[in-house]
Amino acid sequence: MPQFGLFLKRALGMAALGLTLALPGHAQAQQAAPANTIDAVRGRGQLVCGVNTGLAGFAQPDSQGVWRGFDVDYCRAVSAAVFGDPNKVRYVPTTPQVRFTALQSGEVDLLSRNTTWTLSRDTALGLDFAATNFFDGQGFMVRSSLGLKSAKELEGATICVQPGTTTEQNLADWARANRIRFTPVVIERLEEIVAAFISGRCDAFTTDVSGLAATRSAQQKPDDYLILPEVISKEPLALGVRQGDARFADIVRWTHFLLLSAEEFGINQANIDQMANDPRPEVQRMLGRNGELGKMLGLDNLWAVNVIKAVGNYAEIFDRHLKPIGIQRGPNALWTTTGGLQYSPPFR
Amino acid sequence: MSQTTIDPRSLRAPPRRPLRLSWSDERVRAIVWQVLVVGIIGTIVWWLWSNTVHNLEVRRIATGFGFLGREAGLPIAENLIPYSPTDTYFRALLIGLLNTLKVAVVGIVLATIFGTLIGIARLSKNWLLSKIAGVYIEVIRDLPLLLQLLFWYAILQGLPGPRQALHPVGGVFLSNRGLKLPWIEWQDAHSYALLAFALGALFTWFYRRDAIRKRILDGRPRPVWPVALGCLLVLPVAIWAAAGAPWTVDWPELRGFNFRGGLNMSPEYFALLLGLTTYTAGFIAEIVRAGILAVPHGQWEAAQALGLRSGQVLKQVVLPQALRVIIPPMTSQYLNITKNSSLAVAIGYQDIVSIANTTLNQTGQAIEGIAIIMLVYLSISLSISLFMNWYNAKIALVER
Repeated sequence: MPQFGLFLKRALGMAALGLTLALPGHAQAQQAAPANTIDAVRGRGQLVCGVNTGLAGFAQPDSQGVWRGFDVDYCRAVSAAVFGDPNKVRYVPTTPQVRFTALQSGEVDLLSRNTTWTLSRDTALGLDFAATNFFDGQGFMVRSSLGLKSAKELEGATICVQPGTTTEQNLADWARANRIRFTPVVIERLEEIVAAFISGRCDAFTTDVSGLAATRSAQQKPDDYLILPEVISKEPLALGVRQGDARFADIVRWTHFLLLSAEEFGINQANIDQMANDPRPEVQRMLGRNGELGKMLGLDNLWAVNVIKAVGNYAEIFDRHLKPIGIQRGPNALWTTTGGLQYSPPFR
Repeated sequence: MSQTTIDPRSLRAPPRRPLRLSWSDERVRAIVWQVLVVGIIGTIVWWLWSNTVHNLEVRRIATGFGFLGREAGLPIAENLIPYSPTDTYFRALLIGLLNTLKVAVVGIVLATIFGTLIGIARLSKNWLLSKIAGVYIEVIRDLPLLLQLLFWYAILQGLPGPRQALHPVGGVFLSNRGLKLPWIEWQDAHSYALLAFALGALFTWFYRRDAIRKRILDGRPRPVWPVALGCLLVLPVAIWAAAGAPWTVDWPELRGFNFRGGLNMSPEYFALLLGLTTYTAGFIAEIVRAGILAVPHGQWEAAQALGLRSGQVLKQVVLPQALRVIIPPMTSQYLNITKNSSLAVAIGYQDIVSIANTTLNQTGQAIEGIAIIMLVYLSISLSISLFMNWYNAKIALVER
């Protein structure tokens, strides 16, 4: 029945998880089994990456339909590390509500989509967080014409929020702590919740500050909207993998550290070939001129060269996608240079 | 009946045959096949179940319904009973269930009324009326419901903001925050009056049934309206007056961002109700039309020959017979309204699916969440089916 299609689709998606978990011989179940995501990815010749349904700067198809963004470059980096080719990725757009199910059921190998690392997600949800690639916090955006100065003035407001997110729970906690009454409007699809906010259905829209900046920059007149100064939560956005798959988690984690270290040592897309002759021992080890760090990860020893050639270092990715939409490095600066939170353990 | 002698043929049993352990014995074959089929199904169910449990353990995904007692922390916009984000998942899901029932029950009542009116209009001798009804039915039935819901929601979002709200009469505000109506401040006296009204309605119904029964016996008409007036109006008003006649109107007024006070109908609920009602009314109209056309033409002629007016013909002769054709497919439409209400997630009305989805997302327990959704829809649907089957049996032609 067509009118029942949406519900059916959801139910089927969830039933697929049930079935995946139920059938041991099923191909998907084998992918989903712990400790062999990397074998499944190699066997398939493709990395399946769960990304946002469309958030400017993080993951969005361009005019040619090619996915671009900060999160997308992480998928490309992992693909370059595994295959030596950044383009062996299939992107699966996931809503907040289906993302964990998609990972659990083996529909995607890697979640690179603005997902906050929390204790309950790390434990009860059957997934692991490999690395925090973006430190964020939750904020509010309102129409400038309202003349608000602070989120504390939102008493009695209607607030748009996506369901199934930490944002939704933080909002409830914050409102309780500040004795603010509000009416939520919860719509799952990002485009539709933004449309509801823009049409005036809500007084405020709340999500991570980076998401607010992205949404604001995508409007025709960004100056009509104002991001309030309060940041009400910690949102370490992290790369998610299935629980109990340490080999794949290591690859994802060290790909992130590689991007940070490359920035630290001044290695970028342009100078990667010259850098192979750099005398510093850590650069020599990182780029596979010395030692077998790549092999220890189960990768090609030149994996680092492939990754940097494909996507550049952390600063290049950040500047390419997030700077244009008005996001500052802030806490995402390197600890070693400007005292930010991004820090890579040594390549040794 | 107990006086009549029992037909001796029904007491005569077939001769008992000894059970032979042979493949040529029909009963042995039947038993073997049944044991085999039950065994295969049981093995498959057990196999799926044990694998699921094993795989969940391997992935360290939490299982069980323990999460129902934990704090939900999710805000819900519309609740019939008190709710705050500090309440449990169980209560949040209960709110979701009530929200589903709120839209399904009101939708069923409205769709039945509109559908019946449109179905009758379609059969009208008035050319314009019948064509309008025909076009309505064709357009509404041919467009996907999800599209219609998004259309209605987009229209409601296009309304002016609360500060420029449409204000047709005093106390009524229509804006993109919904429809605001004045409402009385509810007190105990109102509850008592409502209870008296409900009891009065029940009494009136029994009185009317009795009046009809007696009229069939002696032919004397007994007017029902004085009793109805007394039970439905005079008694509740008297009780309300005796309790001090409290009457404070709660006027909606603009304070800060939104309207405070009064009765609110959110755009999400309104769009969903409007979409479900207009869509299903199109189907119900066709069912009503088919039901009326199924009554033989001779029945109309016979009723007219008796001198009944056209309204009476419809009410006394045609509709009672048409109902027998109408009720079974109507049950399907009622089930459809209930299930289609799950499309609410698309426009942000927090029904059971929306809240169960959020719950399973936060707890990661997809299998339990889907089980709850299935249980809820199954219970509602079975209740509707049972009631409609009972009603169908009640109005069915009693063959003598």
